[in-house]
Amino acid sequence: MTAESPVALAPNAPSTLFEKIWNAHVIEQGSADDALLHVDQNFLHEGAFLAFAALRKEGRTVRRPKQHFAVADHYVPTLGREAGIAGVTDPEVRGLIDLLEQNAAWGGIDYAGIDDPRQGIVHVIGPELGLTHPGMVITCGDSHTSTHGAFGAFAFGMGASQVKQVLATQCLWQRKPKLLRITIDGTLAPGLSGKDVILAVIAQIGAAGATGHVIEYAGSTIRSMSMENRLTVCNMSIEAGGRAGMIRADDTTFDYLHGRPFAPKQQHWDAAVAYWRTLKTDEGAAFDREVRVDAGALVPMVTWGTSPGQGLPITGRVPDLATLSGDARRAVESALSYMGLKPGQAMDGLPVDRVFIGSCTNSRLDDIRAAAAVVRGRKAKIPAFVSPGSTQIKREAEAEGLDRVFIEAGIEWRASGCSMCVGTNGDLLQPGERSASTSNRNFEGRQGRGARTHLVSPAMAAAAAVTGTLTDVRRLLAAG
Amino acid sequence: MQPFTTFTAVAAPLDITNVNTDMLIPARFLRKPRDERYGTYLFHDLRHDEDGRLRDSFVLNEAVYQDAKILVAGANFGCGSSRESAVYVLLDSGFRCVIAPSFGDIFFGNALQNGVLPVVLPEAECIELRAFLDANPGATITADLQAQTVSAGDGKVRRFALDPLRRERMLKGLDEIGLTLTRLPAIESFEQRYAAARPWLDR
Ligand code: SF4
Repeated sequence: MTAESPVALAPNAPSTLFEKIWNAHVIEQGSADDALLHVDQNFLHEGAFLAFAALRKEGRTVRRPKQHFAVADHYVPTLGREAGIAGVTDPEVRGLIDLLEQNAAWGGIDYAGIDDPRQGIVHVIGPELGLTHPGMVITCGDSHTSTHGAFGAFAFGMGASQVKQVLATQCLWQRKPKLLRITIDGTLAPGLSGKDVILAVIAQIGAAGATGHVIEYAGSTIRSMSMENRLTVCNMSIEAGGRAGMIRADDTTFDYLHGRPFAPKQQHWDAAVAYWRTLKTDEGAAFDREVRVDAGALVPMVTWGTSPGQGLPITGRVPDLATLSGDARRAVESALSYMGLKPGQAMDGLPVDRVFIGSCTNSRLDDIRAAAAVVRGRKAKIPAFVSPGSTQIKREAEAEGLDRVFIEAGIEWRASGCSMCVGTNGDLLQPGERSASTSNRNFEGRQGRGARTHLVSPAMAAAAAVTGTLTDVRRLLAAG
Repeated sequence: MQPFTTFTAVAAPLDITNVNTDMLIPARFLRKPRDERYGTYLFHDLRHDEDGRLRDSFVLNEAVYQDAKILVAGANFGCGSSRESAVYVLLDSGFRCVIAPSFGDIFFGNALQNGVLPVVLPEAECIELRAFLDANPGATITADLQAQTVSAGDGKVRRFALDPLRRERMLKGLDEIGLTLTRLPAIESFEQRYAAARPWLDR
């Protein structure tokens, strides 16, 4: 099926948001489940060097350069940025950033370098610049591309071969995924955010709970969430194994997008919104699986182990081995030993060495405000830093005086990049150090060899910074 | 891409679930060029302790698995990041086949792009295979993509499924870009219709 009109659907067949987007992008059907899809927007970061090298070696070119955007984020330092590229002292790192710039120039692709005001984490700046629209197929050589699905887009990560293919052809062979709807209803208690919701979802369905599926998040909790929190939820879809996460676009989405540099221009705006409004799951449309979550019952979440699925309410205790056997027992034992925890240990009060507030999961203005609200008037007991998700967010937060709140508490206010989410820029924990981190992966070694990562929300990370322990942030908020 | 038809090699039992891409290749090696050392980054931090010494406890460090080129692993193999390097390190150290109950989606696709065959077998069969390998260290396994079977020395032939289109590409070692560009007229006419209906996308 191709798109004679934007909405190319079989009449009367109730279909899902995902199916509507999929159908509008099929250029050609391969086998029953496999189709050649048009890609609206691709994002590139330093990691694309392998794809560019292969592309150039094969003598190919970038077919539609305007549908790509490149940004330096994975390797940029978060300190000493005033010096621009000259401030990058590691020659290997500098080489990778330079290479992205050269490859973008070679391909005719718009590029936000280290000192560009548009610079930031790829999944933060896509929405911020208005490059991410509802109804798009969006790709990037990065698994957290699922973030952009918060706009009602089908957005997924891919490897270097597929990056190369999108550069060369602007389309991709894709296997049609299964569909999982997660309906989240209820009102979040004060102090909770999208991060607690998604950590609870992953704890419930497991780190492979959505493998082979695209997740649509629905329900009243999602409807009333800010764009920022929706982005956090979709961001971590991949940590449940999902290929993508998506949320139907609504007025919250349109308000966020309106007027951004790459958003539809005023003369096209109404037509775009009218189309976007059609991109919703119809009554009676079928999903392969359904999961329900009661958000009203949630408590701030924290991970205890080395898989994002190993999460608990902060009031909870690490699993007791007595109830486990076989593979499940071994997985818990090995996670506990790496994390330096005892079976049955309480999470609340666990001493932490360092706090990281940043990453494409939690570094937007909402997140920074939530952390600042906890920090205000308190002092950090342990080293902590904030890395805003983009250079623009950094400026906006500074305009609100939020940088002062952190600095006065003894928390570092740094520049934007992936930073300690993955540590490729050198922002790493020491072996054995324990962090409270607003990022998305607590894998062994993710934040440095032997590093122990507890994933939390920005408010919970702030609470850890000012108490030096994993702490139920609701207590601090109650204390004012 | 190297075609994959049938492949026989020593298989190693890797009794870990959720083998993630950071285990396959730690992030600090991602900046490295893909040269002759690339394969040595495979499972680097599982293989070596903090001082760079080989860990006796890691299965691929055992003498009998020095020539292993097939892995039989736990569920959700290759979960985590999209890094295709996770496949490159396998391929560059000789692994052409991983057998597991399930795979991370992106890893699965990346493997197929590089002629590394991800074989999905039921959990019970993977456990059975690992038990067989544990009892017969150094035993070989044959993965036959034509017949879509896995056979080990235990006499059982286990069948697996793969999307026919992907199987075909893998059997022939077809280059996906070349294949796609043969569709250029269809792609171009699609793009014209698509753009005409969405004037707001004109950048
Ligand atoms: S912040 Fe972390 S998860 Fe997000 S793009 Fe960067 S490295 Fe990936």
